[in-house]
Amino acid sequence: MARAQPARRSELLDDALGPGGPIIVFDDVTLAFDEKVILRDVSFTLKTGHTKIFLGASGAGKSTILRLILGLLKPDGGQIFVNGERVDNMSEDAMMAVRADLGMVFQEGALFDSLSVRENVGYKLFEELNWKPADANRRVEEVLGFIGLAEFIDRKPSELSGGQRRRVAIARAMAAKPRILLYDEPTTGLDPITSITVDEEIIKLRDLEGVSSIVVTHQLRDAFYVAEHTAARRSSEVGFEKASPAKCDEAEFIMLRDGRIAFEGNAGELRAAAARDPYIDAFLS
Amino acid sequence: MAAGAVEWIKAALLEVQEYVGMLAKTVRGVVTPPFYYRDVVQQFDAIGIGSLTVVLLTGTFTGMVLALQSGITLDQFGARSMVGRLVSASIVKELGPVLTGLMVAGRVGSGIAAELGSMMVTDQIAALRALGTDPVRKLVVPRILAGLLMVPVLTVISSAVGMVGGWIVTVGVLRVASSVYWNSVIQGLYIQDVWMGLIKPFFLGFAIVSIGCHVGLRTRGGTQGVGRATTNAVVASSVAVIAVDYFVTQLLIVLMY
Repeated sequence: MARAQPARRSELLDDALGPGGPIIVFDDVTLAFDEKVILRDVSFTLKTGHTKIFLGASGAGKSTILRLILGLLKPDGGQIFVNGERVDNMSEDAMMAVRADLGMVFQEGALFDSLSVRENVGYKLFEELNWKPADANRRVEEVLGFIGLAEFIDRKPSELSGGQRRRVAIARAMAAKPRILLYDEPTTGLDPITSITVDEEIIKLRDLEGVSSIVVTHQLRDAFYVAEHTAARRSSEVGFEKASPAKCDEAEFIMLRDGRIAFEGNAGELRAAAARDPYIDAFLS
Repeated sequence: MAAGAVEWIKAALLEVQEYVGMLAKTVRGVVTPPFYYRDVVQQFDAIGIGSLTVVLLTGTFTGMVLALQSGITLDQFGARSMVGRLVSASIVKELGPVLTGLMVAGRVGSGIAAELGSMMVTDQIAALRALGTDPVRKLVVPRILAGLLMVPVLTVISSAVGMVGGWIVTVGVLRVASSVYWNSVIQGLYIQDVWMGLIKPFFLGFAIVSIGCHVGLRTRGGTQGVGRATTNAVVASSVAVIAVDYFVTQLLIVLMY
């Protein structure tokens, strides 16, 4: 088996998966562990350059969706397409090529304890993509500069704060320039100020780098912040402002309840749904 | 009761299936790229050099106590000068491989299970897969190669220092001449004994490290799970050392003697 490279796509497929195309598709996906049903007939589409934000109580199956996209779990039924490839029945070896175009930010970061920040962020470049050391180091410095942690490059993860670890995890996920980023509870356990810096990294990657993203969270404030703000470059700085209604439509919420999709729509529609649905109302309040 | 037994058998079969599956992936990882050379070198250092002190101490004291005990027994027959035979035959054939195996099981088996177990419960193994790395190729293959090749080296060192330990006691305490001891050591050893002492550690090293890796990669349940995995790895690999030692000895006796 050769080292994993991004899956090759024809020009036709590249066109179809361009801006607004379906980069991730779930079709009637079902998953159960023994007797416990985790997901039941879940269907949704993530369009290229857009964001899906999964909300729901603990154990509702939010993180499971990310693991299914990455191929860390296989569904019992239904089909999953990532980047034009059907992954629900794909072998682990073939999945490596699909993962080359995916980045994942795990809950708590999941940084490698024994490696420095530089080695963590550049892991894929050094170990899997065989970049020249000079090029890999340049890219690591670039992404650490992007998330504002350049001075921590030679530290170990144990020497970083919780927020810094999450941001390094984001840097690691984005280092190989994937087209899709998956965030599993990126702000859980962080203070509000640090949470906003993590939210802003997610927005920057989406709006400035064109990355399609799925965010799993139960932090409502962060979910709405990501959905309703946009990033723009102003000379040498990046600024954040309220997104236009059209831009807000590019971030859709999905609320999971008992393994099913209880709601799907933009931020405004979610607020409106709260007036009709006591569960959503209780969740939002 | 019956349902419990069925569940236990199912769980045991699942463990065996997972273990064999890991070994099959390991074989594939050894013969097909990608290879992680740096990790292999690191593991040779961690398992081989890292275990040297404990193996040197164990080997030396085992040889010393063996000479002391043998001296008392042989005195009853007026055969104190034969102490070298007993020390060399016991150490090269049995005590060297088994005690080295047990020491490595305690030090390396537990370390591997704890390290891989912690990586499991903190999602670092999932992160490796997400970054396009096969955890078996990156973590298991280097450790098994290091165990397979370094445990025999450690065993040879342990047996050598064991005989030196025996010599110290024989000359210093039992007052037997140095040349008599070394002559007796050589007379006590047959070429089959040396082969047995060299072949067994390959099996023991493989068993210790593969069990440590398997237990580590099956860890569930947070820090408590890591503690359980570490204990299980030490117990299982220590028992495996004794059991594998018996079966391989039986096989080698049939083949060589």
